[in-house]
Amino acid sequence: MELLERFAAGDLEAFAVLFRQHQKQVYAWIVRIVRDSGIAEDLTVETFWRIYRSRARFDPAGNFGAWAYRIATNAALDHLRRARFETELPEDLPGPPRPDPAVRSEMRERIRQAFRELPAKYRLVATLALIEEEPYEKIAGAAGISVSLVKVRVFRAVRMLRKQLTAMGMEMGAKR
Amino acid sequence: MNLQDDKELRELLKQSIAPVADTELQRDLWPQMLKRLDQQPVQVPWFDWALAALLSAALLLFPGVIPALLYHL
Repeated sequence: MELLERFAAGDLEAFAVLFRQHQKQVYAWIVRIVRDSGIAEDLTVETFWRIYRSRARFDPAGNFGAWAYRIATNAALDHLRRARFETELPEDLPGPPRPDPAVRSEMRERIRQAFRELPAKYRLVATLALIEEEPYEKIAGAAGISVSLVKVRVFRAVRMLRKQLTAMGMEMGAKR
Repeated sequence: MNLQDDKELRELLKQSIAPVADTELQRDLWPQMLKRLDQQPVQVPWFDWALAALLSAALLLFPGVIPALLYHL
């Protein structure tokens, strides 16, 4: 019996093999969304827990990786919904140097705050598309929506962000 | 509000929130996964179910007691 068939039949050893094959990719995807390594580890385990629970619904002829990405995205989205007003955007993960020193820290903080207040489904696509620069096709596949809807959500996220920033008293073009 | 403004905002966003540079998983999560698999689902005793059913039935049959119940909570 093939690995995926054994997994779908409930074989724990097959699940362990799949877990070890895919945990790195799943973690890397989730950490881009939630931006916290500890939370991403927990959500990786949560993702595989959901995968294991739903094994009977998995078609062994299907793509396990794509299915795992979909479930991981849902787990991360659930986290964003729960944490929307509770957590700050963590800064503990090192990123590349910011290119424009003219963007003052106060402005950055306002943008981060406005971004944090976006509804979870918009924050998800905006994070992946605008910050992580993931291809729209990949985001669409992982979120289980069409590419057009990804584009619409990114567009709306930018508009919401602008509205929020305007409400905070920040005007576009003010920094230049 | 125009496309130029949107472009500027996208640029500001990228400067304010940096992409995650380290996406490498630092350890094997299989031990945590095993722990999670070992956790038994919470078992609710049959008595609790019976009590909940009885209470629901009572509230359905006598909805007038709901305000009084809420007052005493």
